[in-house]
Amino acid sequence: MSEYTSPELLTINAARLLRDGDVVFVGVGLPNLACNLARRTHAPNLVMIYEAGVIGAQPARLPLSIGDPTLVSGALSVCSMYDIFALYLQRGNIDVGFLGGAQIDRFGNINATVIGDYAHPKVRLPGSGGSMEIAAWANRCYIITPHQKRRFPEKVDFRTSAGFLNHRSEREAAGLRGGGPQAIVTDIGILEPDENGELILTALHPGRTVEEAKENTGWELKISASLRFTEPPSEKELKILREELDPNRIYLKGGE
Amino acid sequence: MSKLMTLSEAINRYVQDGDLVYAAGFTHLIPFAAGHEIIRQHKKNLVLARATPDLIYDQIVAAGCARKVIFSYMGNPGVGSLRIVRAEIEAGNLEWEEYSHFSMISRLQAGASGLPFMPMNPTAAGDLERVNSNYRQVIDPYSGNVVVVVPPLKPDVAIVHVQRCDADGNAHIWGIIGEQKEAAFAAERVIITAEEIVDESVIRSDPNRTLIPAFIVDAVCHVPYCAHPSYTQGYYDRDNEFYLQWDEISKSRQKVQEYLEEWVFGVADRNAYWEKLGDEVHQRLRVGERLSSPVNYGLY
Repeated sequence: MSEYTSPELLTINAARLLRDGDVVFVGVGLPNLACNLARRTHAPNLVMIYEAGVIGAQPARLPLSIGDPTLVSGALSVCSMYDIFALYLQRGNIDVGFLGGAQIDRFGNINATVIGDYAHPKVRLPGSGGSMEIAAWANRCYIITPHQKRRFPEKVDFRTSAGFLNHRSEREAAGLRGGGPQAIVTDIGILEPDENGELILTALHPGRTVEEAKENTGWELKISASLRFTEPPSEKELKILREELDPNRIYLKGGE
Repeated sequence: MSKLMTLSEAINRYVQDGDLVYAAGFTHLIPFAAGHEIIRQHKKNLVLARATPDLIYDQIVAAGCARKVIFSYMGNPGVGSLRIVRAEIEAGNLEWEEYSHFSMISRLQAGASGLPFMPMNPTAAGDLERVNSNYRQVIDPYSGNVVVVVPPLKPDVAIVHVQRCDADGNAHIWGIIGEQKEAAFAAERVIITAEEIVDESVIRSDPNRTLIPAFIVDAVCHVPYCAHPSYTQGYYDRDNEFYLQWDEISKSRQKVQEYLEEWVFGVADRNAYWEKLGDEVHQRLRVGERLSSPVNYGLY
């Protein structure tokens, strides 16, 4: 069996969540790689949309920023920022959004704004960008993140974007059009919301354990009754990632 | 009527101490040369608004020209933290006002349209609305549901970089168009910087590409390579290497001051800056041709 890095594992598992024909609001880094991998494997009709206002991008090189010129050349359409958020996202034309943040809590709420007090920040993070609206209005949201206790607190310090708030019923009562977070892909496994909107462990990657997942989660992590193991990354998936998508290992090299 | 003038003259005449400045461009077409000119002229107490402050505001803040930033994503795009702005906020030296991208852009849209506010569907996240009293809720008079509203953003001056415009200020933009048009229409005064100044007939040959009409423009400046280290679609590439370098430079206040001395105060204008960058950088940022298919507007 082949060796793979943690970012490769995350990217491949995220790519598998995408469906052919999905219209995806893409971020740079691993989500961008996941979308391109899906497009080259099981989802050739995936449409990539960038918050810079690019629709149907076919990047010829790996974009460092979300507004890279390679996204524009050969795209289906380019529109203003107001249009991308209003006509595409708010109107309900986005199937999938990728989100990230420093903290993700038990109900999938995300903090990308501040650690500590807002007015007197201990650590100031970049802030919402598009995530407040993506989390609310995309049909499905996915999060790719390392599995660490400090990233998974019981409650976030600041709620930059909404998961299920304090319960699935609370999100439903708020009348948001999007379905909220559907899966959190970590280097240990996959968390998904249960019927209450609480994130529970539904899958482990090969070689990882329930104990590891519990130790690295800041709330008492529940385990799904139908816990499964993910398929290890295939030769084909790894080959596309390494040879075509990130040959210089900018995103895929991995820490350990 | 020609509004051509040097960038130095335009910044001197149209950017006043204390102004709310919007230097437009989402990653693309960021008018760095104008930022450097603002620093060179030692403008004071500016309020700097941009969805993404980017390196241009990191540098203006580092130079001590700003008292406040208004933003929706404060990062070095694709690299990480925007170190100077972040440190100044954490130290309590810089005021800030924060939005999500959509609410930031909705504020500009309201400003550009002459509306008292813009409505948005609720996101239920809550905390940003709690800490920023510019977010309000009103009842939709038709459905009775709650909508979130934000007030107009009306910059004193917008600076917009474009591929080409005529001497009067009719401007063509293509590629990522971000919030260029909205910033120009929302602002009291508009400075256009352009890669090329073209004859009015070039503008008239492709009117769908004119995002900004001359009659809202105050100054037109011919500034090739104005956007570096950002980029101009079809003219030169984004200097990603510099965005990575800035991450290192901005770790040290001394290195930042050295950078400003060498690359802002140490050069007379953008031409000198571009020459100083040298051949290797010029070659690295060159882009090949990928032309669009011509369209027929028709003879009538």
